Amino acid sequence: MNKKKLVMIGNGMAGVRTIEEILKANPDEFEIKIFGKEPHPNYNRIKLSTLLQGDTSFDDIIMNPLKWYEENSIQLYMGETAIKIDTDKKIIVTDQGRTVEYDELIIATGSDSFILPIPGADKQGVTGFRDIHDCEMMINVSRTYKKAAVIGGGLLGLEAARGLLNLGMEVNIVHLMPDLMERQLDPTASSMLKKELEAQGMNFLMEKQTVEILGDERVTGLRFKDGSEVEADLVVMAIGIKANAEIARQSGVYVNRGIVVNDFMETNVANIYAVGECAEHREIVYGLVAPLYEQARVLANRLCGKETAPYEGSVTGTGLKVSGVDLFSAGEILDDASTKSIKVHNEFDGVYKKIVIRDNRIVGIVLYGDTKDSTKLFRMLMKKEDVSGMTSVAILQSENSGDEESNIASMPNDELVCGCNGVTKGTIVEAIKTQGLTTVDQISGCTNAGRSCGRCKPLVGKILAHTLGDSFDSDLQKTSLCSCTSLTRDEVVEEIKAKGLTNIKEVMYVLDWKNEEGCTKCRPALNYYLGMIYMDGYKEDRDSRLVNEKMHANIQKDGTYSVVPRMYGGVTNAQDLKKIAEVAEKYDVPLVKLTGGQRIGLFGVKKEDLPQMWEELGMPSGYAYGKTLRTVKTCVGAQFCRYGTQDSMALGIELEKKFERIDTPHKVKMGVSACPRNCAEAGIKDIGFVGIDGGWEIYVAGNGGVDLRAGELLCTVKTQEDVMEMTGAYLQYYRETASYLERTSKWLDRLGLEHIQKVLANEETRKALNERMDKTLQRYNEPWNEAIQSKDIQQKYYPKENTFVGSDSK
Amino acid sequence: MIQTATRVAVAKYDDLAIRAGYAVKLEDQEIVLFKLTTGEVRAIENRSPHPKGNRLAEGLVSGEYVFCPLYDWKISLIDGKVQAPDKGQVKTFEVEIADGNVYLVF
Ligand code: SRM
Ligand SMILES: Cc1cc2nc3c(=O)[nH]c(=O)nc-3n(C[C@H](O)[C@H](O)[C@H](O)COP(=O)(O)OP(=O)(O)OC[C@H]3O[C@@H](n4cnc5c(N)ncnc54)[C@H](O)[C@@H]3O)c2cc1C
Ligand code: SF4
Ligand code: FES
Repeated sequence: MNKKKLVMIGNGMAGVRTIEEILKANPDEFEIKIFGKEPHPNYNRIKLSTLLQGDTSFDDIIMNPLKWYEENSIQLYMGETAIKIDTDKKIIVTDQGRTVEYDELIIATGSDSFILPIPGADKQGVTGFRDIHDCEMMINVSRTYKKAAVIGGGLLGLEAARGLLNLGMEVNIVHLMPDLMERQLDPTASSMLKKELEAQGMNFLMEKQTVEILGDERVTGLRFKDGSEVEADLVVMAIGIKANAEIARQSGVYVNRGIVVNDFMETNVANIYAVGECAEHREIVYGLVAPLYEQARVLANRLCGKETAPYEGSVTGTGLKVSGVDLFSAGEILDDASTKSIKVHNEFDGVYKKIVIRDNRIVGIVLYGDTKDSTKLFRMLMKKEDVSGMTSVAILQSENSGDEESNIASMPNDELVCGCNGVTKGTIVEAIKTQGLTTVDQISGCTNAGRSCGRCKPLVGKILAHTLGDSFDSDLQKTSLCSCTSLTRDEVVEEIKAKGLTNIKEVMYVLDWKNEEGCTKCRPALNYYLGMIYMDGYKEDRDSRLVNEKMHANIQKDGTYSVVPRMYGGVTNAQDLKKIAEVAEKYDVPLVKLTGGQRIGLFGVKKEDLPQMWEELGMPSGYAYGKTLRTVKTCVGAQFCRYGTQDSMALGIELEKKFERIDTPHKVKMGVSACPRNCAEAGIKDIGFVGIDGGWEIYVAGNGGVDLRAGELLCTVKTQEDVMEMTGAYLQYYRETASYLERTSKWLDRLGLEHIQKVLANEETRKALNERMDKTLQRYNEPWNEAIQSKDIQQKYYPKENTFVGSDSK
Repeated sequence: MIQTATRVAVAKYDDLAIRAGYAVKLEDQEIVLFKLTTGEVRAIENRSPHPKGNRLAEGLVSGEYVFCPLYDWKISLIDGKVQAPDKGQVKTFEVEIADGNVYLVF
C-alpha cells in the first residue's frame, strides 16, 4: 500500500499532539515527516517557567524523546527550518535546500515573542521568553550580571520574573497598565497579587511605557516615556506573542492575525491545515494548550477521515505558575450592565472570589488565594448550568469542604480534572480500571492528564487512591525496605533479632535478598539497624554508608568536599577562629561561610586535602554530613541577656557533648533558648528546649526543612539533669522505632505524641532507654582523628589521584 | 594499518581495596578502578553521565554495579550502561592483571 505523505512544519506542542492523535486513530495511514526549527525533540514549553525557576531539568521536560519518533517511523528534521511552500507542486523547501513533497501539510509553527519595535531592541541582553534558547541565555546572564528588567506584567512576565529572582537577580517589572494581569484579574485580585509578589522581592514600575533600550553593544538600561530611566543588564520582553505565520502568508495561504482556519482546521488552500498558536479560528488566536489540544484532536480525526464534531472555540481557564500564588481565572472577569456577580473578599486570609453571572449562568471566574473550587466552577461555566436555584453560598462553597474521600466520591464523572488536556474524572477512573494502572505516571501516559502544566497531578493521585481503594492503601502500608526484598522495616529488624544475624552479608543471605549485595537504600539502612540492635558489639560497615558519611565530609556538586568542625553550642573562641583562618588560607579554601547551624564551614576542599586539614585544625568533626546529632543551636541566654531565665549555652554544650556521633535514623537537630522569645528557634528543631522560670519546656518533632512543622510540647521539667534524662530516653526511643531516613517529625506523626508521652512517662522505661543509649554512645571514636591516625583509611578513602603518561607496548 | 595494543600499569593489585574506587588519570582521561567482592577489577570512565554528574570513585559498589555518589544513578561496571529508569553509558576499559600489577589495555 502506498502511504500518503504527511508533512508537518513545526515540532511543538500542538503539532506533535496532532500527530499523536493521528497515530492513535490510524497508525498506518501516513508516512510522516516533521520539520522543527529548534534543535530539540518536542518538549513541554509550559515547563520553561519551572525550568527557569530551577525546579526541573531539561531532560524532565522532554515530552517526546527521539526514540518516540523512531518507534513511530517518523522522520524528524531537527534544527531545520521550512522557508517556502509551493502550493501548486505540493512541496516545501527548507533552509538546508531540501525539498519534500506532501499530500497533506500541517502548519504548526506556533508563535514568537513579540519584541517591541523600539530603538535598541536588538542589543545584546534583550530577549523574549519562548524557548530553551531564551532560558539558557537568561541563566547565563544571571551568572555575571545582577539587574534584570521584565517588560510586561502578564502571566509570562511574572513567571519570568520569578525565575530571575531564583537565579539571584534583582528584578524590575515594567507594566504599561495600572494593574497586573489585567486580562485575567479584576483590580482587587490584581492588587492582592501585586502585594504578594512584592513580598517575594519583585519591584514593579507601573504605568510606564518603554521607549528606548539604552546601552552600547549591550543593554545597560531602559528609558520610559516620562523621561525616567532604570538600569538593567538583561531585558526580557514578555508583552505578548505574535503568530508565526510568515511562511503561510508568503505562500498564498490566507493570514489575518494568524493563519485563518475553519472549524476543521483547514486553511483556504487545499490540503493545508494549521493548528496551534499560529492558527486563527473565528477571529481568535489561542495561547494556551487546552484549546490547542482540542484543535489537534479535531484535525487528527479530519485527516484520518473519521467523523468528528467541528471545533467551535474554547473558553479557557488559567493559573499562574509562581510558588506562593494560588489563582485561577476564566471567562469574562469584568462586570458590565448585563452581569451580576458574587464576590467574597476575606482580607484576613488573603482570599478573594468573584463569580460573574449573566442570565443565571456563570460566565466568569476569578479566584485568588483559594482555588479549590476552580474545577467545579469551571465545569458549571462550561456546561452553562443554571444557577438560579442555588444560593450564593452554595455556589461558592464546594462540596469539597468535607473530607477528601467523600470529595472524590461525590465528584461527577464529567468533571474536568486536567484542564490542559481536557481529561475528566470518568476517563481517568476508566483507564485505571480497564488498564490496571497503579501510578500517576501511568495515568498520564494513557490519558494525557498531567502531561502539560502538571497542576492537576495531586488530584489525579487522589482519584487513583480512591479508585484503587483498599488495594492502594494496603500497598502503601506494607512498603518493603527496598526493591531488594519484600520484607518491611519491622520484619527485617525482627528477623535480625530472632535469627541473631550480625552483619549485612548475613542478613542478605539468610533473608534471601534479591540483589546479592543490595543497593543504596538497603545497605545504609541495614548498617543502621544492626548498629542499633547490637549496641556495643557491632562493627560498622563503612562502605555501606552513603558518600557523605563514608567520607566524613559533605560532597559537593563538583566533587569537592566541605569541612565543618564542631563548635559546641555555637560557642567559639579566638584561638579556634585563628586555626580555622590559618587552615583556610593555607589550603586556599574557596568559601568560608557561617552555616545555618551556628558554626563555620569551609567549602570546596579537595578530597586528598581532607585528612591534613583535619589534623591542622585539631578539632572534632561537626558531623554536618551525618545521620546523627547535627548542631545544638543556642541563644546567649541568662549569662548575658536581660531576659534569660536559664543558662542556655551551658545546656546546649552539655547536650552536644553527650549526644554527638550517635547514629540516628535521620539527622537530629536541637535548639536551646533561655526564654520564650526563642532566639535559638527551638520550636522548629527535632528537640527544642525553652527556658522558663524554674525549669525547661521540651518541644519535639519540629522541622525547619521540606515540610515545615512547629514542635509540640512533650513535657516541662525542672532541672538540667531532668532535661538530659528525658532527651536520652526520647532519642533512644526514636532510634529503636523509626525507619531509617524517617525524620523525628514524621516519626512522631506516625506514632502520635500521646503514645510517646505515655511511653516516656514511665520512669523504669526511661531508665532502660537511657542505659541502652549510654551503652551505644561508648562505641564511637572521633572519625577525623581516626583518619589522621590510620594510613589504611587515608589510602583507601582519601588517596591522591595517580597520573600516568608512559605506556609499554605489548 | 597495524593496530598495536598498549598497556599501562596503573596500580598494584593488593593496593586496591574491595568495593572502593581508585581514581587514575591517564593523559587526560579520568578513569576509576573498582575491585569487586569477587576480586575482579573493573575500570570505567570516572564521570557519571548524569547531566550534573561528577566523579564516580566514591560511589557505593554493589555486585557489579556502582551507584553515582551525587545522584544515585546505578551504573554497570561490566558494560558501563546506566540502569533504568535513567539512561546513559560510561566508557569501559579493558583490565589485565599480571605479576601483582593492574594494567589498563588500549
Ligand atoms: C551547610 C548548610 C547550609 C549553610 O550554608 O548554612 C547545609 C548544607 C546542606 N544541607 Fe541543610 N544545611 C545547613 C542547615 C540546614 C538547616 C538549618 C538548621 O539546621 O538550623 C535546615 C532546616 C532545618 C531542619 O533540618 O529541620 C536544613 C535542611 C536540610 C534538608 C531538609 C531536611 C528535612 O527533613 O526536610 C536537607 C536534605 C536531607 O537532609 O535529606 C539538607 C541537606 C543538606 C546537604 C547536606 C545536602 C547534601 O546532601 O549534599 C548540604 C551540604 C552542602 C555542602 O556543600 O556541604 N538540609 N539544612 C547548613 C549546615 C548547618 C551545620 O552547621 O551543620
Ligand atoms: C514560558 C511559557 C509558559 C507557558 N505556560 C503555559 C501554561 O501554564 N498553560 C498553558 O496552557 N500554556 C502555557 N504556555 C503556552 C504554550 O506553551 C503554548 O500555547 C504552546 O506551546 C503552543 O503550541 P504550538 O505547537 O502552537 O507552538 P510551539 O510549541 O511554539 O511549537 C512551534 C514550533 O515550531 C517551530 N517552528 C516555527 N517556524 C518553523 C519553521 N518555519 N520551520 C520549522 N519549525 C518551525 C518553532 O521553533 C517551535 O518549536 C506557556 C508558554 C511559555 C513560553
Ligand atoms: S531567647 Fe531569651 S534569653 Fe535568649 S537571647 Fe533571646 S531574649 Fe535573650
Ligand atoms: S491541568 Fe495542566 S497538565 Fe493537567
